[in-house]
Amino acid sequence: MFDDSSIIVGLEIGTSKVCAVVGEQGADGALNIIGLGQARSRGVRKGEIADTAQAEEDVRNAIVEAEQMADVEIRNVYLGVTGGHIRGFNNRGVHPVVSADREISEDDVQDVIKNAKAINLPTENNVVHAIRQHFFVDGQDGVTNPVGMLGSRLEVDVHVVHGNTNRLQNAIRLVRGLQLEVDEIVFNGLASSLALLTGEQKELGALVIDIGGGTTDYVVYAGGVIRHTGVLAVGGDHVSNDLAYGLKVPLSRAEKLKLEHGSALLDEKNKGQSVTITNELGLPLKTVNVEHLQRIMSLRLEEIFQLVAQDLEQAGLFDYLRAGVFLGGGGARIPHIARLAEQVLQMPVSIGQTNSISGLKSALNQPEFFTAIGLVKFGSFKTRKREGKSLARDIKVTLRRFLQRP
Amino acid sequence: MKTKPPTPAVTLEPARMRAARIIGVGSAGVGLLEVMRREEFAGAGFVAVNTDATSLAGSTVALKIHLETRLLRGLGTGGDPERGRAIAEEQFATLKTACEGADVIFIVAGLGGGAGSGIAPVLARAAKETGALVLAFVTLPFGCEGNRRQEQAQQSLDQLRVVADGVICLPCQKTFKLIDENTSVLDTFRITGELLVEGVRGVWRLLTRPGLIQIHFDDFCALVRNRHSESAFASVEASGPARSREVVEKLLNHPLLEEGRVLAESDAVLVSMMGGKDLTMAEVGRVMEQINRHCEHAKVIMGAAVDEGMKALLSVTVIAARQNPDAKIAAPGAAPASGESADTSTFSKRQPVAAVPGDNAPPPAFTMEQREHALARHGSGRARKAVAKMRQAQLPLAIISKGRFDKSEPTIHKGEDLDIPTYIRRGVALN
Repeated sequence: MFDDSSIIVGLEIGTSKVCAVVGEQGADGALNIIGLGQARSRGVRKGEIADTAQAEEDVRNAIVEAEQMADVEIRNVYLGVTGGHIRGFNNRGVHPVVSADREISEDDVQDVIKNAKAINLPTENNVVHAIRQHFFVDGQDGVTNPVGMLGSRLEVDVHVVHGNTNRLQNAIRLVRGLQLEVDEIVFNGLASSLALLTGEQKELGALVIDIGGGTTDYVVYAGGVIRHTGVLAVGGDHVSNDLAYGLKVPLSRAEKLKLEHGSALLDEKNKGQSVTITNELGLPLKTVNVEHLQRIMSLRLEEIFQLVAQDLEQAGLFDYLRAGVFLGGGGARIPHIARLAEQVLQMPVSIGQTNSISGLKSALNQPEFFTAIGLVKFGSFKTRKREGKSLARDIKVTLRRFLQRP
Repeated sequence: MKTKPPTPAVTLEPARMRAARIIGVGSAGVGLLEVMRREEFAGAGFVAVNTDATSLAGSTVALKIHLETRLLRGLGTGGDPERGRAIAEEQFATLKTACEGADVIFIVAGLGGGAGSGIAPVLARAAKETGALVLAFVTLPFGCEGNRRQEQAQQSLDQLRVVADGVICLPCQKTFKLIDENTSVLDTFRITGELLVEGVRGVWRLLTRPGLIQIHFDDFCALVRNRHSESAFASVEASGPARSREVVEKLLNHPLLEEGRVLAESDAVLVSMMGGKDLTMAEVGRVMEQINRHCEHAKVIMGAAVDEGMKALLSVTVIAARQNPDAKIAAPGAAPASGESADTSTFSKRQPVAAVPGDNAPPPAFTMEQREHALARHGSGRARKAVAKMRQAQLPLAIISKGRFDKSEPTIHKGEDLDIPTYIRRGVALN
């Protein structure tokens, strides 16, 4: 391989782990995952960087591991971002078609999207994504591509995801500090949904809830487009913290107990059961009631789903979710989590599967990697689009590259 | 409740002007009357009650009651509520006469000193005996004023709660959040005073202005009565086209409501909305929807009224109360309870009394002997008798540590701090 432009890297700086996934886009457009690097994250709280030095080290470790595995040099990454400051909302842009023949051109489309993006954001905020939903031509609904149509008034609905500029920049600067170029920043929830959902599910309407370490990101698709996004700065860390507080054990121990005995629902057979914590020498330290553990956990997780449900109810999107709910993130590994979610949301819930990617499949089809895989997928869409857009420019680029080669 | 004016369910007539009297007690209370007299409290009778002649001399109120006895030697109470109480008991009949003929009596006082803390509960009892509805608006002292004053204020507050129909309390300490650091002492006290007056005004308007959506007087009484805690209140105003949104924003950012946390925790909320003639139903709806969303567990009583003088202004007053804070984690409105343990040595004959919630029975009336004794204590080094029923000192309840999230930005969702374990916020008991 002498052209590394087909290498796409997704980097997620999460609260519990930093994860870099290397994808290779074949000539036929198929995406193949060839490398994966991860490191325990120590400098991130609630999805945002709290300790730059440590986070930098973790990112470096993850990138190096991914480079070794994929045997490539990573220069560009698609960076996932999240945090409680990120918000999503829908906005409509209007643009009058002024050309004499009233034919809508590519420029008109660009203009109308620009109008839709020009929204009244707080000055310290920045748009992360402006995803087009539907066009309206003279009020006619449901146009997906208006170029070439006739009309006098072009409107577009976009879903705008925005966040605090400084906090977004923190992550970008950190990656740049490692001599890596950030191709684009992507909202983690969006990335997860790309990894999880098929086109059909997006069309039917689906909700993706990614329960990460520090945040819970969720995205709603309906009619093939993104209708709603949200971040709840509550995640697995909170579960561990609740356990540490409630069971009066150190945080690291709580984390371990969560993994070993955790459950999203109270297990009947665990009623009144207790486990003994031992120190490294095997001496008993403390007895912990499993029922309490699971109750604390169950309440926290139930609340997360309730908050998501409230938000969706407010947005009036419950009736659109015909494909159901898909869970991702490390939180999806909690036993019985789907059943708990079903109880709260009153609709079918399943743990997500990445299915549209080849490569290290068995290793990758795990909920905690969905975001990073989604980032690669997002990148592949972008490059494909870029390639498809102008063949001439593509040739030019290839030629230039060719000439620059020593 | 003796005063139960028949309130028709729907009325477009101006509500009957209830005879109301505002009584300022102590130097702080008398001072506040001055502020209130400038405001639109038309139709109210003002009465100033104090032991200190100089404070009364400076007041422009028509009816002044100077509680004086030979034994005080014109020096006031000297910051001792027992003395204030004793003298109030002595002049009980005078106080009662001052209260006669009113339907509603507002008692305005600054607790912590001698006169306010001592007289207010007695006055409330006197007012109650005349059959009026008694609402007390009181301030608690600043933290820097010392434990002794805090304790005196707390005691007096407990006594007030028992006798008054409603106690609305403003801990001065909280106003620190409202003012910037460079505010002078004078301004600070003025602002605290104004805040309290705002609260009085909110209730005042509620009772006197024609209501579009009227708050039933009974509802109001039910809300403020028997909620044994300080009610938190906030009053905000906004104008302009987006005023309904602005008002809600201001309300949720109001320091006294602690980012809406108080609303989320309260179990009864009274919302009084006041606008000019242009107040629209949609605005009322919008504001209420937002407020309702923030206090899901509370019984919400709302009223809207029109005041032609308001023009484009929309003013919203919220009074949030919660029941029986003893059972819950330290009420946000409560004064630091730790102050109560500090002063034990002063009372030599202190009886340990178990702190049973609701145990704050009104202090028994003094006997003649006790009264003499309390008043005659000037300069004598004799140990005080434990006259007031002491409360067992309470240590502040366990502070919930947020563990790993202690230093990160809190995740506040609709007034709830999501970093605190869910099971604690929902009150689920383990075991």
